[in-house]
Amino acid sequence: MESTLKNMVLTLFVITLVASTAVGFVYKVTEGPIAASEVAKTSNALAQVLPAFDNDPSSEKQEVEQDGLPVIVYTAKSGDQIVGYAVETRTSKGFGGEIVLLVGFKPDGEIVKIETLKHSETPGLGDKIESKKSDFSVQFCGKNPADFKLLVKKDGGDVDAITASTISSRAFSDAVLRGYNALMTLTGGQINSVSGATSSAENPANESDDAQKGEENE
Amino acid sequence: MLRKEKKMSKLQLITKGLIKENPTFVLMLGMCPTLGTTTSAINGLGMGVATMFVLTLSNIVISLVKNVIPGKVRIPAFIVIIASFVTVVQLVMQAYTPGLYATLGVFIPLIVVNCIILGRAEAFASKNGVLASAFDGIGIGLGFTCSLTLLGTVREMLGSGSIFGAKFIDGDGILLFVLAPGAFFALGYLLVLFNKLTAKLK
Repeated sequence: MESTLKNMVLTLFVITLVASTAVGFVYKVTEGPIAASEVAKTSNALAQVLPAFDNDPSSEKQEVEQDGLPVIVYTAKSGDQIVGYAVETRTSKGFGGEIVLLVGFKPDGEIVKIETLKHSETPGLGDKIESKKSDFSVQFCGKNPADFKLLVKKDGGDVDAITASTISSRAFSDAVLRGYNALMTLTGGQINSVSGATSSAENPANESDDAQKGEENE
Repeated sequence: MLRKEKKMSKLQLITKGLIKENPTFVLMLGMCPTLGTTTSAINGLGMGVATMFVLTLSNIVISLVKNVIPGKVRIPAFIVIIASFVTVVQLVMQAYTPGLYATLGVFIPLIVVNCIILGRAEAFASKNGVLASAFDGIGIGLGFTCSLTLLGTVREMLGSGSIFGAKFIDGDGILLFVLAPGAFFALGYLLVLFNKLTAKLK
């Protein structure tokens, strides 16, 4: 077909108009289900890392900032009693970039369970941070960061690193620590018994930054 | 090539995508998603099916509107049509198959720049009828799906020791095959094998 300025402009206008209308329509139709599946995903993950609860933790969330990264704290209640906190925490120190975790804490700060929400670690190595790929994350269960140093053993902590994935293990521990600190800051008044440990746990974490620069183990 | 296609039956249009004009092993098109997504059989299959869907729909629409699009703006027009279908696929997947979306989500927008789709629009759909274009889309899409699933299966077997997620050895396989370099190795050897086998057919 002969190309003239008029028919080129007109054709492109009509095509983009029809296309954007169609995409807009599909967006409207799928908007609900997408939101629903996002909610289902969050509540599934919440149910996995928290003790039994009967409220809707995703409606009781608080967002705080810890060391420059956002941390979301969900509060789980049974009746009026707080049974635990789920903390969505992240770190940018992963081998493949950002790692997002959901960490379940009991009210006294004890870790219930950790689920990996998002990561881009190396398949077969760093991706063992996922609870379904290896037992790495299981070692945190039942530990209280007040007396469990969230550093890999190489850096003087208590965490058994994944073989050949020290950086991923460090980043994972860093994210858990960040989440714990954020929770302690937020609930500081309620949990006096361990709040003192927060600052002492924070310092070695900073030292490990320097150690990380020298070693690339993965 | 085009003269031959005109005489092809519907069945031939579908089967040619599998062997004679296999997009991965013969045309060597769409290498980016081929190498990037095939870390496991299921990822390859998912990417293939999503591509086939977009390819068939865009072929149909492009062959419908081919006569009203001025030649000089046909590429932008095709891209708009393809991009719209990709966005639709992405939204629908996100809404109704969140599990698959979690694995393939980042690769879906890549379908827009997959040269197979623009290639078929340009080489086939813009010159042929609606029905033939639809069958061409299905055929090439099937070929792409089979190749990606095959490549994914091989890489998963060697790299993770499993097929479609079912483990058949303890521990890990040869990790390299799940990583990027393994994609090139696996594709290279599959190409050799494919050419060897098809050479006999001729």
